Amino acid sequence: MIVKVEEKLFQNRYRVDAERPHIRIVKPDVCEYECKTQQCTVCCPAGCYTLEGNGKVVLITDGCLECGTCRIICDDFRNVHWKYPRGGYGILFKFG
Amino acid sequence: MSEKFDAIVVGAGPSGNAAAYTLAKSGLKVLQMERGEYAGSKNVQGAILYADALEKMIPDFRDDAPLERHIIEQRMWVMDDDSFVGTHYRSDGFNKEPFNRYTIIRAQFDKWFSAKVQEAGALVICETTVTDLLRDESNRVVGVQVDRDGGSIYADVVILADGVNSLLARKAGFHPELEPKNVALAVKEIHFMPQETLQERFNIGEEEGVVIELFGKITQGMMGTGFLYTNKESIAVGVGCMLSDFKEQKTTPYALLEQMKNHPSIKPLLAGGEMKEYTAHLIPEGGYKTIPKLYGDGWLIVGDSGMFVNAVHREGSNLAMTTGRIAAETVIDLVKEGKAMTAANLSIYRSRLDGSFVMKDLKKYQEMPEIFDANRQFFTIYPELVNRSAHHMLHVDGVDKKTKEREIFSSFRAKRSLFGLMGDAYKLWRAFR
Repeated sequence: MIVKVEEKLFQNRYRVDAERPHIRIVKPDVCEYECKTQQCTVCCPAGCYTLEGNGKVVLITDGCLECGTCRIICDDFRNVHWKYPRGGYGILFKFG
Repeated sequence: MSEKFDAIVVGAGPSGNAAAYTLAKSGLKVLQMERGEYAGSKNVQGAILYADALEKMIPDFRDDAPLERHIIEQRMWVMDDDSFVGTHYRSDGFNKEPFNRYTIIRAQFDKWFSAKVQEAGALVICETTVTDLLRDESNRVVGVQVDRDGGSIYADVVILADGVNSLLARKAGFHPELEPKNVALAVKEIHFMPQETLQERFNIGEEEGVVIELFGKITQGMMGTGFLYTNKESIAVGVGCMLSDFKEQKTTPYALLEQMKNHPSIKPLLAGGEMKEYTAHLIPEGGYKTIPKLYGDGWLIVGDSGMFVNAVHREGSNLAMTTGRIAAETVIDLVKEGKAMTAANLSIYRSRLDGSFVMKDLKKYQEMPEIFDANRQFFTIYPELVNRSAHHMLHVDGVDKKTKEREIFSSFRAKRSLFGLMGDAYKLWRAFR
């Protein structure tokens, strides 16, 4: 079953802090060469991490639900730098 | 802001609101910080509200709190791919006031609770993220640093109600990073439909609600559960599994949810609804053994940040409110006695928690996470066997019932040895007793 997470995220409200992503990959090379499973590309519930054809992992935080999954599952490499967005930015749940 | 507060509460979820409300009500000077646009805008829950924990603070909350439906029926469904075996418990006893539990919509409920906190006299500042704890030369916590200019604010005690991720407490070294095996990831959608449709579909009256807990094949072998809750004119449907399990497989959380929604027993319940929000949240399910140190010089931890979730009974927000209230009462008592907010004095918080249902319940189920983790058959083999047995017994095809019974028993034996079956029964008994 192909499920498009974008269609789900489209229902949500966000105030994106342009140019100031609150999560970043510390060393992109570690994702590309050392991490075998790249589970962030599977486990992130907002599909923020995508695996490119060239083996690179690309992170776009705009749809982030601020759950913390990517940071915790990266326990083999601790390669995710994770902060909360600035106050007032990020996901704004209507119902929660 | 150079003024000093008696207490700063970080976070405006159930635990933070309970703490701030209790403190402010007693007349203390309280500042509460929240990173969301308003209290609730960053918060996610199923959500069920257990009245008791809130009632202890706000006895008349029913008068104006945004409550969706009180629960009169609990269903538990053990799912195979296209069937379920279930139990339903429905009682008119649940229709007697005061009602015991309600479905709520957290963004609305937390906003209401926050208004109560402000009425009680606390200063609530939203859209502000606390980035650090401030310490004095003896390493005592004396305030917080926020992400707005000039943002050092001081207080005698800081209550960390900063949620499951609890970046603040981790940064301060109060507890280590969460391990994937101690946290569940839950994803949820909310589907709106006309109130009448919903009531007919679930066979309920205007204010009445139904809860469905889902186990088995829907989690695809992972340790986890699904749920479906009826709100006034919407249905919350979600599924959660341990992060350590998500880490080992290739199904995305949203595909898992989508497959669950398409189960032939669930799909008709959602038909025609309009999905208006998709959320995700972590649940600290490690239980008693993973509770960190809860107090120190100038600080206390409450709610999800302290791992206060009873995963077996799906309770969390009531534990959050109770820990928030007890933390606040501890502070209030120390202020009254003129005592400082030292670790030694604040340790009363821990002993009061130990005497409450919070720690008693968590202790009772302390082995549960490990037992389920080591025994996946409870999520895989048994749901399948139970469903297939029911089908076999109920499918009338000329085979006599005694033969069917024998066939069912040997299907259990084929999947699980007699020793394994007895062992599983013993493990369950031991875990729940």
